[in-house]
Amino acid sequence: MAKTDLFEAPDYYLIDELLTEEHKLVRNSVRDWVKKEVSPIIEDYAQRAEFPKHLVKGLGEIGAFGPTIPVQYGGGGMDYISYGLIMQEVERGDSGIRSTASVQGSLVMWPIYAYGSEAQRNKYLPKLASGEFMGCFGLTEPNHGSNPSGMLTNYKEDGDHVILNGAKMWISNAPFADIAVVWAKNEEGKIKGIIVERGMEGFTTPETHNKWSLRASATGELVFDNVRVPKENILPNVEGLKGPLGCLNQARYGIAWGAMGAAMDCYDTALRYSKERIQFDRPIGGFQLQQKKLAEMITEITKGQLLNWRLGVLKSEDRATAAQISMAKRNSVEVALNTAREARQMLGGMGITGEYPIMRHMMNLESVVTYEGTHDIHLLITGMDVTGLNAFK
Amino acid sequence: MKILVCISNVPDTTTKVSFNNNNTEFNTNGVQFILNPYDEIALARAIELTEGGKGTVTVINVGLVDTEPTIRKALAIGADDAIRINAAPSDSYFVAKQLAEVAKSGGYDIIMCGRESIDYNGAQVPSMLAEVLDYPSISLIKKIEFTGNEAQIDREIEGGKEVITVSTPFVVSTAEGVAEPKIPNMRGIMSARTKPLQVVEPVAVETLSSFTSFEMPTPRGNVKLISADEPAKLVEALNAEAKVI
Repeated sequence: MAKTDLFEAPDYYLIDELLTEEHKLVRNSVRDWVKKEVSPIIEDYAQRAEFPKHLVKGLGEIGAFGPTIPVQYGGGGMDYISYGLIMQEVERGDSGIRSTASVQGSLVMWPIYAYGSEAQRNKYLPKLASGEFMGCFGLTEPNHGSNPSGMLTNYKEDGDHVILNGAKMWISNAPFADIAVVWAKNEEGKIKGIIVERGMEGFTTPETHNKWSLRASATGELVFDNVRVPKENILPNVEGLKGPLGCLNQARYGIAWGAMGAAMDCYDTALRYSKERIQFDRPIGGFQLQQKKLAEMITEITKGQLLNWRLGVLKSEDRATAAQISMAKRNSVEVALNTAREARQMLGGMGITGEYPIMRHMMNLESVVTYEGTHDIHLLITGMDVTGLNAFK
Repeated sequence: MKILVCISNVPDTTTKVSFNNNNTEFNTNGVQFILNPYDEIALARAIELTEGGKGTVTVINVGLVDTEPTIRKALAIGADDAIRINAAPSDSYFVAKQLAEVAKSGGYDIIMCGRESIDYNGAQVPSMLAEVLDYPSISLIKKIEFTGNEAQIDREIEGGKEVITVSTPFVVSTAEGVAEPKIPNMRGIMSARTKPLQVVEPVAVETLSSFTSFEMPTPRGNVKLISADEPAKLVEALNAEAKVI
């Protein structure tokens, strides 16, 4: 039988006082949902490398799909602090489940809302918000990861259709997605977004197996072999790399909060363990080396929470820059990875087992530190922002 | 069908309890307050009974303005509207009298309460409320269904169950198992923003009790291990030291 989820969120600087009552209600509701629906089953699904598809409906109900999308399109109409808190709590459960929600909300619903036609918004957004439709996002290619502008996927005009060719890789949700928002070059070499639907001839989504990370999330490829897509599926209101980068801003923002959730779970687990585990006739939490680890963890988590909160305020006011979001994403993932590694050590051998969530978080975070802009790329974004000099190439 | 659900605002279950003013007051500093978990069960069943346009659910709380987040949560879970009686809930009699004053003019068919609040665990309000209203009172119900104006209720009793049929209006307190507590969803949270929350002033009620002092339970002592081959020593320790036999 699954162990009871005893998580208690650290709030060392009383950051709750910076939240509204509605923020806290949203956060606590998602926390309760994760304790009830995710924590009891997630370890088993991760061990079996299976996506718990039955959680999709609940994720829709709890507001994890497109919380900032206006209510008229089925979204939550909430601010960015609420969105961040939802991602924090879902990733506190598992980064893979948060990845599914991030992709759906930030990388599929958001571009359809921000760049799509009214017809596209009405056709797709309500079903994506409820989870009736699941989506995925095709940007990364086998030979173009950190350099998406070099993408090879392209389409050619064919009457009122376009013919799409190419392949995308490392795509969360691909194996079961009903639609894919795909970024491809037109005949002029300009990047456009296009909505590809499952069932279109020549469109396949082979699953990527043998991952040691995000095991409870389905990852795959998108393969386009002369896929005829109606022109009405092209997102009309954006052109160029700024299209996908706008989506990544949304998703990276969610990751900044999400990764902090994983860090909080690792810290909370290690703190509780340190008070219960007896060695040399006393709890290991009484030893200086263990206290050093815990003190450093809570310091970094508190700094990360404050940074996220401030970024959330800026984002809600539409003032957060892409570089500020990069900094938060990079910081949160680094804090989470370091917390997971130190917490794992505190639990000794128990830390490597599925009895505790730490090793699962740690392995998940190896993906989170890589996707949506690698750890190094985010340094270059900050570097370019403060110097005005481009070090990318 | 109109259902009134009485809700309490209580400290979270993980609260570290301490006291102020010479141990005469609960120290609320840094304490998170939540919707009483037992009341969540009553509320969940009330929502189920009225689903599909079969009625309305009003939640009522005796509390000062700081209880409103808890009331909003009840609205987010699915109550249609809310009433807050603007007074600190000093004891069970005070709360029951205040609730009765509002309930008697509201035309409610059923008044539902959780079995008890998790702070003082008095379990007195439901019965007192029924007595003041002169309504039938059924405590610790395990199941409630409706046919017309009659409710079929199961109560757990020693060694079996009691099946009761009762006509509205009546008061019940719910035991665990009547319904699964509901987690607010996004739509509920959004709609709770605009649901009516009426604030009414309290009526004068005589004070029948006051707190003299609070004290913490005695800290748990150390475990003393006695070898299995020395039962006499164990009996002696239980008798002389633990004083339990």
